[in-house]
Amino acid sequence: MLRRTLLASAALGLGLSLASGAFAAGMDKVKACFVYVGPIGDGGWTYQHHQGALELQKAFGDKVEIAWQENVPEGADAERVLTQMALGGCNIIFTTSFGYMDATNAVAAKFPNVMFEHATGFKREHPNVSTYNARFYEGRAVQGYLAGKMTKSNKIGYIASFPIPEVIMGINSYYLNAKKANPNVELTVVWAFTWFDPAKEADAAKALIDSGVDVIASHTDSTAPLAEAAKSEGKVVGFGQASDMAEYKPSPRISSIIDNWGPYYVKRVGALLDGSYAQADAWEGISGGEVKIGEITEAVPADVKAEAEKIRDEIAAGTYHPFTGPINKQDGSPWLAEGQTAPDGDLLGMNFYVEGVTGDIPK
Amino acid sequence: MDIAGINLVTLIASLMVAAVPILLAAIGELVVEKSGVLNLGVEGMMIMGAIGGFMVAVATGSPLMGFIGGAIGGAVLSLFFAVLTLGFLANQVATGLALTMFGLGLSSLMGQGYNGVKPPPTGALFGPLGDIPVIGPILLGHDWMVYFSILIVAVVWWVLRYTRTGLIIRAVGESHDAAHALGYNVARIRLLCIMFGGAMAGLGGAYVSLVRVPQWVDGITAGAGWIALAIVVFASWKPWRVLLGAYLFGGITVLQLRLQAAGSSIPVEYLSMAPYLITILVLVIMSSGRSKAALNAPAALGQNFHASR
Repeated sequence: MLRRTLLASAALGLGLSLASGAFAAGMDKVKACFVYVGPIGDGGWTYQHHQGALELQKAFGDKVEIAWQENVPEGADAERVLTQMALGGCNIIFTTSFGYMDATNAVAAKFPNVMFEHATGFKREHPNVSTYNARFYEGRAVQGYLAGKMTKSNKIGYIASFPIPEVIMGINSYYLNAKKANPNVELTVVWAFTWFDPAKEADAAKALIDSGVDVIASHTDSTAPLAEAAKSEGKVVGFGQASDMAEYKPSPRISSIIDNWGPYYVKRVGALLDGSYAQADAWEGISGGEVKIGEITEAVPADVKAEAEKIRDEIAAGTYHPFTGPINKQDGSPWLAEGQTAPDGDLLGMNFYVEGVTGDIPK
Repeated sequence: MDIAGINLVTLIASLMVAAVPILLAAIGELVVEKSGVLNLGVEGMMIMGAIGGFMVAVATGSPLMGFIGGAIGGAVLSLFFAVLTLGFLANQVATGLALTMFGLGLSSLMGQGYNGVKPPPTGALFGPLGDIPVIGPILLGHDWMVYFSILIVAVVWWVLRYTRTGLIIRAVGESHDAAHALGYNVARIRLLCIMFGGAMAGLGGAYVSLVRVPQWVDGITAGAGWIALAIVVFASWKPWRVLLGAYLFGGITVLQLRLQAAGSSIPVEYLSMAPYLITILVLVIMSSGRSKAALNAPAALGQNFHASR
């Protein structure tokens, strides 16, 4: 039995390596596969990736076949799923969560002719691994400004998922820009240690609200924090995360960060089809269209809304960087000098809070 | 009333709400196990209750109808389990696990199109009385399900301990052969207990989707059913201890988030694993020997029964 499996995979591998000869010259048909960390119905992160996948399907019609798997745990299971997909004839596999980083690289080593695209990671150990991300911190800056202006208690909250650079970057950008809008603002961070657990996300929001917080940003995937904020009858507001979450308009959802993956997926698979595909490290933001700011609702005063939109446009135009010095680290040591903007390397490896944020990052 | 920056009143009030789903599911499972059946499908029945209750509540606009729908959803799924284990004598552990997976998948299918829909709100039972300081938020500020869940615990305790029905259920769970010899219909009694367990799990699930999170997303119960199973063992099959266990588990979940919000320096990881550590600890203590608790598990738990044997 084992020998038969081995033979089968060897045969497949051979088939794949034969197919790879066609890479340089492009391909007639591509099978694009997606690995999701939550259910498509989460209304947030995974939902948006799936929207991107559907957009890809629509853009190429018959030339692209898409396949996906939901609720894949980050860890050993992910490796199994990726191997299965690679053996199942996928030409390009998008792994859409940070925790798939090591699994993606491990499986990529075994299938040099399958292209792997890992979202939000930084490891590209093999030529067939690319990474892609979006500059969500740009959206967090707009949210931070709104939070600073909208809070009445001067306490704002952030429901964090895992202590990774992506999340810490978001917290820092949110805080710095809130502080700029309102010097008295205090930030409370609650770590949920999950991407998706609606009940826990709701509990986290409730804990924040009970401690006096009245503006909540979340870095988890579901709409539960907004649902909890909705119970406060307008006293607490929040933001759509990853997806527009328009069903909570006009309040508590006063704006949102929308992940727009479709154009990237179309570009990459298109490159595979026409033979121009190459390893990449993509990191686009508001200007590239990967990050969109959802409509700022009428719950926000008109002048605040106008200013927030101005910040958005300045970020898009490149005239304003959310991390502009002088900025110190939490322990008081200098990070950025006057007028200096954060280099990408610092952001991608960010493991410290900026000055003014209280509490410790869990290790 | 503040300890380490945490307001005790809001802590207690919110842990009572957080504990309702696991409390309901656990008290239902307790009755099922008391009748000698081990149904590991609590998670599946809960999520069927969550989507069933949500659909009915959205369709009728009435949260009460929603909760009834949730109970029916859970009970209907538990019927599959009953048919397989009582009718075809399938292995209870395997059937229960299959029930969970089936329930998760089916609920996801049924829930298509319900993402982002808002259910009708369930208000506080006593209205403005909840604004009285201290006792208001803790005793009077909740929705009716919180009181109902405590009432159910009392009723289950009373029935199991003081009524003939309770005696029969316990007899079937301790020795189905003896109960059969006395002329009781073991399969029918177990069927009713399984359906009660399903209905309670369904109610718990409906509480998650209608009150605690108020929306439908796939996998909304996120493992609450497994915690309910642990609570039954933690409580050594005693109803009031189920209440204690549910409040303890619910309390720790709420507490760890609040400690963070209050800026405590206790690492989150320790608090996150605390409920499970306590369960393991209780299991170790229980199985460590001659204590009465260790003997409290129903003797026929997990064994199938057929009259011809």
